[in-house]
Amino acid sequence: MNMAQREPRWAVAFTVLLALILQALPLPTWLEAVRPSFIGLVVVYWAIYAPHAGGIFAPWLAGLGYDVFKGEVLGQNALAIAFVAYIAMSLHQRLRNQTLIQQSLFVFAVLTLNEFIVWGIQGWSGHAVSTPWRWIQPMIGAMLWPFIALAVGRTHRRA
Amino acid sequence: MAVFGSGGSRSFGGRGPSFGFRFFCYAIVSVVLMFYDQRGTWLEKMRYGLQATIYPLQLAVNSPSAAWRWMEESFATREALQQEVDTLRNQLRDQQLMTLRQAALESENATLRGLNAALPEVIEKRLVGEVINMETSTLRQRLLVNRGGNSGVYRAQPVITGEGVIGQVYRIGPFSSEVILITDSEHALPVQVLRSGVRTIALGTGRSTSLELPYVPQNYDVKVGDVLVTSGLDQVFPFGLPVARVTKVERDPTQPLSQIMAVPLAKVESEREVLFIWARPGHPAAPASAEALAVEAPAK
Repeated sequence: MNMAQREPRWAVAFTVLLALILQALPLPTWLEAVRPSFIGLVVVYWAIYAPHAGGIFAPWLAGLGYDVFKGEVLGQNALAIAFVAYIAMSLHQRLRNQTLIQQSLFVFAVLTLNEFIVWGIQGWSGHAVSTPWRWIQPMIGAMLWPFIALAVGRTHRRA
Repeated sequence: MAVFGSGGSRSFGGRGPSFGFRFFCYAIVSVVLMFYDQRGTWLEKMRYGLQATIYPLQLAVNSPSAAWRWMEESFATREALQQEVDTLRNQLRDQQLMTLRQAALESENATLRGLNAALPEVIEKRLVGEVINMETSTLRQRLLVNRGGNSGVYRAQPVITGEGVIGQVYRIGPFSSEVILITDSEHALPVQVLRSGVRTIALGTGRSTSLELPYVPQNYDVKVGDVLVTSGLDQVFPFGLPVARVTKVERDPTQPLSQIMAVPLAKVESEREVLFIWARPGHPAAPASAEALAVEAPAK
C-alpha cells in the first residue's frame, strides 16, 4: 500500500453528495418503499476502501444533511450512518479480502442496524409510525451492493 | 485540496485519534443535537440556517420532474391547450354566477348581525407558493414550498388551495417552508359540519385521499356528503374554510362512536401551487387567540 498516496477526497465528496441526491429524489410511493439507503451503501464502500479519506465526518455530515432534508429529528440519520461507517472502518482490513458477494452479507447486516437505530430514535422521539417495508430495504441494498461498489470504485484509483 | 480534515500526507499508522474515539465524539454531538431538537428551541435558528444550505440540493432533486413538466407543457398540442382554455372559461363563468349575489348577501348578513357595513373578507393577505417537493408516504405527508421566512411566512400558518385547506406550515427556512398536510398521520384539524354545526376533529390517515373523524358520538348528525369546514377553534385556521366531504358513516351499535371517513376537497397529491394566508386580526371568523379561548372557557 502506498502510504503517500493522496486520499480520494473529492471522489468521496462527490459520491456521497450523489448518494444524498439519490436518497432524496422524489419517487412514486411503491418505489419509495423499497429504496435502499444509498448513503449507507456509499459510506460503507469508502469505509472499506479508503477509511481515511472521508473519515467519520463525511458520513455524519451526509446523515445530517439527510435529516435536514427530510425535516426529521436532527442527528438521527447522522448518528446511524456514523455508526455504520465506524463498524465498516473497524473491519475494513478483513472486508477488503472478501468478494463482493461476501461483503453484501455484511452490508445487509449494517444496513439493518442502520434502519434499527433510526427506527429506535423515531420511536423515542414520538414518530413511531413504521411500515414493514423498511425491513426490506436493507435486503435490496445488499443486492445492489456489488453494482454500487463497482460504480463507486471507478471514481478512484484503488490502492 | 483537503476537503475533509487535514491533508493526506501523514502515514497510515499515526492518523490521530482512533475510529472508535472519533465515532464516540460524533455520537455525542448527534445525541446532543437530537435532544435539543426535541426539547429545546435554540436549535430552531440553526435549522433555519441549515434549511437554506440544503435548499439548492432540494431544487436539484426536484429538477428532473420540473424539467419533465416543462417539456410536457412546451410540447402540449394546440387542441389540448384549446381544451384547457375552454374548461377554464367554463369554470370562470360558473364561479362568476356563484359570486353574483355575494355583495347582496354580505350586506344582508351585516344587517342580520346588526352591523352598519359588511365585514371585509377574513383573508387579509395571501401569497402563492410553488410546490417544490412532495412526500406522500404513509408515514409522512409533507410539501416543500418555495416561500419561506424571507416572504413573511411563519410557523403554523394556514396553507390552502382553491378547493380547500391543504395543511399548515411546519418548518420554515429563509427561502422555503415545509408544509404538513392535513392527511399526515400526525396532523389533527378541528372541523365543523357545515350543515349541522357538529364540531369534531379530523385526523390524517397517511393516505392522501382520506381523513378520519374518530370522535363523533353515534347520535350526532353527520351524513355522507356533508361538507366539513374549519371550526376556527385551533388558533391556526380561520373559521369556515372548506376541508373535506364525508364519504362514509358507519354506526356500529356496539360502539359508542361512529366510524366516519372523509375525502379532502383539495387535491392533495396533484397540487402544484398553494396559498399561504393571513387572517385579518379581530375578524369574527379569524382564528381564536389563546387569550380569547382562555377567557371564554370559564364563563360557560
